[in-house]
Amino acid sequence: MLPKWYEIPLGGALTEPGSTRKNRTGEWRTFRPVIDQDKCIRCRICWAYCPEGAVKEIDREHMTAKGVKYPITYEIDYYYCKGCGICAEECPVKAITLVREYEK
Amino acid sequence: MSQPVIKPFKSIKELPREEKFAPGHAMCAGCGAAIAMRWLNKVVDDNTIFVLATGCVEVTTTACPYTAWLRPCIHVAFENAAAVASGIEGAVKMLQRKGMLNKDVRIVAVAGDGGTVDIGLQALSGMLERGHRVMYVLYDNEAYMNTGIQRSGATPFRAWTTTTPVGKVLKGKLQWKKDIDGIVLAHRPKYMATTTIAYVVDMVNKFRKAYEYSREGPTFVHVLCPCVPGWRIDPHMTVKVSRLAVETGMWVNYEVEGGVFRVTTRVPKRKPVSEYLRLQGRFRHLTDEDIQIIQKYVDEQVERINKMVGETVIGPVVKEEKAEAKA
Repeated sequence: MLPKWYEIPLGGALTEPGSTRKNRTGEWRTFRPVIDQDKCIRCRICWAYCPEGAVKEIDREHMTAKGVKYPITYEIDYYYCKGCGICAEECPVKAITLVREYEK
Repeated sequence: MSQPVIKPFKSIKELPREEKFAPGHAMCAGCGAAIAMRWLNKVVDDNTIFVLATGCVEVTTTACPYTAWLRPCIHVAFENAAAVASGIEGAVKMLQRKGMLNKDVRIVAVAGDGGTVDIGLQALSGMLERGHRVMYVLYDNEAYMNTGIQRSGATPFRAWTTTTPVGKVLKGKLQWKKDIDGIVLAHRPKYMATTTIAYVVDMVNKFRKAYEYSREGPTFVHVLCPCVPGWRIDPHMTVKVSRLAVETGMWVNYEVEGGVFRVTTRVPKRKPVSEYLRLQGRFRHLTDEDIQIIQKYVDEQVERINKMVGETVIGPVVKEEKAEAKA
């Protein structure tokens, strides 16, 4: 719900920093990137190139099927991810795949 | 001149994790400028005032009543980002002298290529000449993308835009890209750098250096940010295209620190420019002759830079055909 015109401070000043967090830009998405946690080598590239900051770096341990233990996990915030596919394109081990959001 | 004491990041593993730029802004999916702004915000302190000239970043991040910025920012017109930044710097200096402000407040101006190369040039020149302590970030998407892809001074040769259409008479822009870096360097700023979004560590280090040097005088960072709708590329190609710009020699990553010119990304084997041009829809009308004209121009530019450095930092063009012939 947008504020009324008389609720906005004079001069169009925006008083709440970072308020675009309310916008659900994930609705723009056509393709959903999905990370294969077992293939991922934690190189940080998807996280560095994400234009939205939607790839989250979380301190959560993950043990792959081959027995390699990683202290961090990468997760995609689907609330904001616009589905541009940069992460899938730049991933050096192709651990991220793009899945169609809605079936035809 | 005192050197700022900062340790540059050596690898991607050392970059800070905390997000300082709110998601949910309206920049296009795969926008190059969004990557640049995200990293710029991670680098600067909380006591920073942003001055946003009209442009893609300003329009999409501060759609009233929302803002993606966590630091104070002021929206100004196309032409006066540098002038307003100078004024804020003067006001901060005066408040500090009167003892009303005891914080170290820094000013960062963010403007696109239209607001810097064309409309805001005289304000920028004035700011650099007067030596205001402002960091100026130019995100260069090579046209007026925010108003619908009109040609700007930074648009490259033969690129399609809505005001340089491709038809029987005209085939894209007739002029070459304006050398804004040369214009800025002629003012002898404290620090000046060019970078692209594909080299994140390089870009972050340059932002940090420019931010530190802005305690002493004006600094300027020029970032090449591919634009998805304007360059006619797929959203996932943004980083790839900007990397190819460096690998083909269309763009050179360098910095000028204390008058010393240094190329930061060395390219031992250059790729032919056609690899960069053929990926983009705005160059799809180019004939082989056009590409040869651009290749010749790039060769001359590379030679000029190699002469300036005194060694071969950017190597000759190595075509893929040679590898096939050997095999």
